[in-house]
Amino acid sequence: MKKGYELIYKRPKTLLSKRMHYCPGCFHSTVHKMLMEVVEEMDIQEKTIGVCPVGCSVFAYDYLDVDMQEAAHGRAAAVATGIKRMLPDRIVFSYQGDGDLAAIGTAETIHACNRGENFTFIFINNGIYGMTGGQMAPTTLEGQKTTTSPYGRKPDTAGMPIKMAEIVSLFERVAYVERVSCNTPANARKTKRAIRKAFEFQMQGLGTTFIEVASNCPSGWKCTPEESLNWLKEHVFPYFPLGVFKEPAKEKV
Amino acid sequence: MPQKGYVEISVEVCKGCNLCVIHCPTECLALNTSDTNSYGLHYAYLVDEDKCIACQNCAVICPDAAITVYKKVA
Ligand code: SF4
Ligand code: SF4
Repeated sequence: MKKGYELIYKRPKTLLSKRMHYCPGCFHSTVHKMLMEVVEEMDIQEKTIGVCPVGCSVFAYDYLDVDMQEAAHGRAAAVATGIKRMLPDRIVFSYQGDGDLAAIGTAETIHACNRGENFTFIFINNGIYGMTGGQMAPTTLEGQKTTTSPYGRKPDTAGMPIKMAEIVSLFERVAYVERVSCNTPANARKTKRAIRKAFEFQMQGLGTTFIEVASNCPSGWKCTPEESLNWLKEHVFPYFPLGVFKEPAKEKV
Repeated sequence: MPQKGYVEISVEVCKGCNLCVIHCPTECLALNTSDTNSYGLHYAYLVDEDKCIACQNCAVICPDAAITVYKKVA
């Protein structure tokens, strides 16, 4: 550091130094960073347990320096349920993509939310199956081209993109639901605040907390990272609006 | 007067996504298009240190946490 200067931002210690395998500009990395900043700031590294999905973030345990458990495809919510019930004093989160949480694992997701399991979902919705080569996901937008919808998603045969944040906010025992993104520094800061809030509600035992990240996939969307930010603004946010869908009543907080 | 700062960007951690460059309000960052890191990627660097206002925007948006920010002590 130069003389006369002070350090004001550095990579969180809780994010391991191993190079993340995600593509350049992918929000998976941004959310990993934000998540680990929250763990560092709340000083809960020893008490936090994460559950990994199958998908691009299957190796998240290589980067997040907290206890991690890999789940079978789509079953992260069931595994997180077990962990949190056995170790209720821990802060438990599942980290899942749209294929994991909203396709193969829909049943686990819905029922964990209906039971109000007291852990935090971190749901990365990038509208595509990134790891397997850019196939259509339940969250792929109408008309969006993927390798399995080369003429664009057609609602008549594939239905409309699933709005998970809106759906889970209907469950009585779900305490907090917010959809965030990381397309600007301001939104990335909001993502971090949302994760922190979710962990705080979880520590108060208020019920399920659910953070959906309107994420990107420059490789799967076949564009540059910068173009992926434009796609988010022009196409994703109008259909998947950002914001808080549910929050605990003030007197409980 | 705005605060004054500078950033350090890890050449090997940077993936050249350009997100820091487009979000720096004072346009003091750029990708080094004449050099690559060991992964073959053009990395971001601080072009104009005098302009950096230590706002942390670049560090917050950087997916790979490659950026460290320093602020001049008032
Ligand atoms: S701290 Fe702000 S002004 Fe300095 S390089 Fe980063 S974005 Fe630019
Ligand atoms: S945002 Fe990070 S990874 Fe992307 S170019 Fe800037 S320093 Fe490199």
